[in-house]
Amino acid sequence: AGKNTVDEEVLDNLEEALVSADVGVDTTVRIIDRIEQRVAKDKYMGTGELNRILQEEIENILVEAPSAVSYTFDGEMPAKPYIILVVGVNGVGKTTTIGKLAYNFKKAGKNVLLGAADTFRAAAVDQLTIWSERVGVPIVKQEMGSDPAAVAFDTAQSAMSRGSDVVIIDTAGRLHNKAHLMDELNKIKRVLQKFVPFAPHEVLLVLDGSTGQNALEQAKHFTAATDVTALAITKLDGTAKGGVVLAIADQFKIPVKFIGVGEKMEDLLVFDKHEFVDSLFSLK
Amino acid sequence: MFNNLQDKLESAFKNLKGQARITELNVASTIKEIRRALVDADVNYKIAKDFTDKIKEKAMGEKVLNAVSPGQLMVKIVKDELTELMGGEEAGFNAKGNPAVILIAGLQGSGKTTFSGKLANYLKTKKGLSPMLVAADIYRPAAMEQLRVLGEQIGVEVHIEAENKDAVSIAKNAIAESRSKNKNVVIIDTAGRLAIDEQMMTEVANIKNAVNPQEILFVVDSMTGQDAVNTARAFNERLDFSGVVLTKLDGDTRGGAALSIKYTVQKPIKFVSNGEKMDALDVFYPERMAQRILGM
Ligand SMILES: Nc1nc2c(ncn2[C@@H]2O[C@H](COP(=O)(O)OP(=O)(O)OP(=O)(O)O)[C@@H](O)[C@H]2O)c(=O)[nH]1
Ligand SMILES: Nc1nc2c(ncn2[C@@H]2O[C@H](COP(=O)(O)OP(=O)(O)OP(=O)(O)O)[C@@H](O)[C@H]2O)c(=O)[nH]1
Ligand SMILES: [K+]
Ligand SMILES: [Mg+2]
Ligand SMILES: [Mg+2]
Repeated sequence: AGKNTVDEEVLDNLEEALVSADVGVDTTVRIIDRIEQRVAKDKYMGTGELNRILQEEIENILVEAPSAVSYTFDGEMPAKPYIILVVGVNGVGKTTTIGKLAYNFKKAGKNVLLGAADTFRAAAVDQLTIWSERVGVPIVKQEMGSDPAAVAFDTAQSAMSRGSDVVIIDTAGRLHNKAHLMDELNKIKRVLQKFVPFAPHEVLLVLDGSTGQNALEQAKHFTAATDVTALAITKLDGTAKGGVVLAIADQFKIPVKFIGVGEKMEDLLVFDKHEFVDSLFSLK
Repeated sequence: MFNNLQDKLESAFKNLKGQARITELNVASTIKEIRRALVDADVNYKIAKDFTDKIKEKAMGEKVLNAVSPGQLMVKIVKDELTELMGGEEAGFNAKGNPAVILIAGLQGSGKTTFSGKLANYLKTKKGLSPMLVAADIYRPAAMEQLRVLGEQIGVEVHIEAENKDAVSIAKNAIAESRSKNKNVVIIDTAGRLAIDEQMMTEVANIKNAVNPQEILFVVDSMTGQDAVNTARAFNERLDFSGVVLTKLDGDTRGGAALSIKYTVQKPIKFVSNGEKMDALDVFYPERMAQRILGM
């Protein structure tokens, strides 16, 4: 008693917990290997001790936001206007996340401007317009079907003349395996740079927390097409654990910045490693 | 990593050559490769275990090791078993009634509204029916407008009550209206909801009880991971749905969630959605899905 060896059963249970949280086989095997290496040296291992090591190993995988592009809602922004381009596959929660971000920036006293560059999906502009009204921030938009890059152009121009602090641009959902849609993102970027040299300062890739291993493909292709600087993981108020971000952090070194935990504007959290790792193993 | 399951299996089998039959012991590493490939394709961990245990029994009965290419034969066994599991008896789709009522439900962003439009378009153009769409999502910003736009694109009337905050009464009113307008099929688009959201799950159950649908379709994003099982089970417990719709199959996801769901709730997959346009709808092919999951 009191002596707890890390036997096959413990590791099997750990494997099951990780894989069931969508961490994926590769990253799970990596984590377990690391733990095996570490605990082999120590003969006695209590459960608490094992959990601590596990927590450490997982947190080591989750990279910190690189300070160059980092900001807090109420701190000084690294650039003015600070332009955030929001991208991701269909239905992950881009537009909603923009509403939530706008709310947080505005609450912190910043002048926010939204750009409705999803001109494709039915009622996408109306949806973002409702968010802009809810939060009380201006929006730049054009007709449905117009060129998204033209909307981005208008938005950047408007931000310059208004002296906006933060600009957040919505884009249409696009599957990462559709090359022509991915090219469109670069066109938006080029247009923004006509006004603001290093824009967009942030490319926020939104991932649905209930997505499985395909999120890795999404990260891979969006990173290749545009310089993704940060991730937002949505819908973590459900039972899905979002463990695939571990695999993404492991392979692509993109920091997770935000977590979506509901459909209201208050339902956005700044990512916290400890809490995330805790929730990976919690039974909800 | 497991892109080529067959190669993996060939090498796993290599050191077994010469043995006449597959036995419990010598098949272990092969089964492990298959299990990993399935989990990698997002098949639920427990289900992958269950499934590969069955495969093991099947394989032991056959002279796999004597085959020229045991890996190939093994893959065939897996594929056939998967195909059978995903298909089962022909389910059909019931659009008969006065009107036939079809209720659409699922998680947020899974593709319900888009599918509602596609189904209306399909029933109109391919089945000669006259459908009506019902905007019963009273929550999502511009949800009603989204359905209105889709209805306009396909020339199908959309029942909208912008000021009504009761989805059950919207659904009931729509059915009354459909009768007066001689519509023979009513498709009710509902808000996305989490399975653990008690209030929202009660709402959709109330809609079901009020309108008595011929078909209740559970719409699921084919990129869903391990949680697909929990969600499908929870929706099925509340709604006893009649079929599943897999969306966004125009992506490159392996779609293991399809297997998990079928395995868990034993309900047929009736349609697949493979694009954003109104005609990007297909019936479900079990064999194609099996191949996709296996990365073939
Ligand atoms: N429960 C929950 N739902 C969310 C969250 N974020 C977004 N949603 C819901 O997910 C659905 C899709 O969200 P959108 O913001 O429209 O997603 P999108 O990525 O903009 O979608 P497209 O523009 O169509 O590609 C909506 O019903 C949102 O209310 C979240 O964190 N939790
Ligand atoms: N590529 C692709 N996109 C799809 C497909 N089905 C739906 N979408 C897109 O996915 C996003 C979400 O679709 P919706 O129909 O709004 O999803 P929903 O389930 O009604 O969302 P909520 O009402 O917010 O819960 C939109 O951008 C759609 O255009 C599909 O089969 N393929
Ligand atoms: K969760
Ligand atoms: Mg959007
Ligand atoms: Mg909808």
